[in-house]
Amino acid sequence: MTEGYNFAYLDEQTKRMIRRALLKAVAIPGHQVPFGSREMPLPYGWGTGGIQVTASILGHDDTLKVIDQGADDTTNAVSIRRFFAKTAGVATTTHTAEATVIQTRHRIPEKTLRDDQIIVYQVPQPEPLFRLESSRVETRRMHGLADYGLMHVKLYEDVARFGQISISYDYPVLVNQRYLMSPSPIPAFDNPKMDRMPALQLFGAGREKRIYAIPPWTQVRSLDFEDHPFRAINAPEPCGLCGATDSYLDEVITDDHGGRLFVCSDTDHCAERRAAGHIGKDGFAEAAE
Amino acid sequence: MTLLRARGLSLRFKAIRALDDVAVDLWPGEVLAIVGESGSGKTTLLNVLSGRMAPDAGTVWYTDPEGQEHDVHAMPAPALRTLHRSDWGFVHQDPRQNLRMNVSAGGNVGERLMARGARNYGDIRAEAIDWLTQVEIDANRVDDLPRTFSGGMLQRLQIARTLVTHPRLVFMDEPTGGLDVSVQARLLDLIRTLVARLGIAAVLVTHDIAVARLLAHRIAVMQRGRVVETGLTDQVLDDPQHAYTQLLVSSVLQA
Repeated sequence: MTEGYNFAYLDEQTKRMIRRALLKAVAIPGHQVPFGSREMPLPYGWGTGGIQVTASILGHDDTLKVIDQGADDTTNAVSIRRFFAKTAGVATTTHTAEATVIQTRHRIPEKTLRDDQIIVYQVPQPEPLFRLESSRVETRRMHGLADYGLMHVKLYEDVARFGQISISYDYPVLVNQRYLMSPSPIPAFDNPKMDRMPALQLFGAGREKRIYAIPPWTQVRSLDFEDHPFRAINAPEPCGLCGATDSYLDEVITDDHGGRLFVCSDTDHCAERRAAGHIGKDGFAEAAE
Repeated sequence: MTLLRARGLSLRFKAIRALDDVAVDLWPGEVLAIVGESGSGKTTLLNVLSGRMAPDAGTVWYTDPEGQEHDVHAMPAPALRTLHRSDWGFVHQDPRQNLRMNVSAGGNVGERLMARGARNYGDIRAEAIDWLTQVEIDANRVDDLPRTFSGGMLQRLQIARTLVTHPRLVFMDEPTGGLDVSVQARLLDLIRTLVARLGIAAVLVTHDIAVARLLAHRIAVMQRGRVVETGLTDQVLDDPQHAYTQLLVSSVLQA
């Protein structure tokens, strides 16, 4: 079934090297562990880090789900899912509940993950301080000494300038009360899901050659001020297709007269709700098809 | 008990003796000026005393508020870092070295508070505005970027940023260098008032005898890496004993 390739594309030595990095990352929650990132048959920025982590943890009896911005049917998600179906011969699914490994770009599924699942994030920039401090030597020292005043200066500047913390995605978190960590460019809406998540969370940055992890049930706190607490930002309307009010919504422009539609970014969640009979205000036409 | 005590400090840069068996005592609340010409080792001494540079030989002891003495150069890096952002302050000659030029004045002043664990925006901002007022910067400039500030204002902003955590000891490297005379006079007046009111001890490096006379209680004169004369400021300046000090004092232009 996987003719012409080693199981899951990468050779066994590489997978062992990545697993060693993963073990270290799990042992030090939120700490960035360097690893020897390999060339993959897709460009940097398309998920080379996530794909290497997934390749290293995948077994014969795993079921893989891949999402891109919450959707199972976008180019990136489809091609990565097909890649592993071809090179590892594993079962694939679009249903969150059926998957054992979920590789994701920019979202966490709406459905609460279980302790027998692993979520793998694709990370473009693992260093949360990179916009504030250009020297990697200095940011490593800051992580080493837990010297994170600078990150709060950024939050202070936001409140002073805009009256609120204006970070809407890649919202910095403090893991296990120790390491400052970039949650990858997921919306701030998803940040609370990371806190004490039953599933193991792994992060792979291919171009930057870093792996980090959050073990199950670990405290993950979004940075904020006492008088300007963290708040998740979402569209003010329910999903147009399934009527959900508790899921993260994408805005879709429907015509050039200002028409727009808010739909669940998590396509599996939306489809499941519609199958169960929930219909939003724009959902009738589709339900009739 | 001394706040800072150094014995036998030596440091060579290849053939140059930057420090040669230097001893320093600094008492709580005291301002010590280190004067001397360019290249006499003043700034090197400041860097060694503040733990930013390791000496070849000799020891620097710092007495913490509990009366415990610490060898500054044997301290673990996190402890020294904590000291630098709470109990100690460092005022550079060029404020741009210390300030974050793309962060507002308020953010600059608040950084040390946040690094120390302050997490209430309202309190941080109130404290920042209070300190801007103390260093005579208008409170409505709190959200302006430092690059819109004049040289004298930048230096005052740096002082506010340093003093906001109420340090016990401040190291100053030519704090009035590069400023014109009238701005210098105002800044000196400000530093003198703040240091006296808050009871801060300071080590002040300057080549300007007038600055030393105005701010310092005690003076140490350096020449080629050695402290050649030390004593009360007026005593040293009015009745210099060492030939080099006599030369230094007599070469000041009388306006």
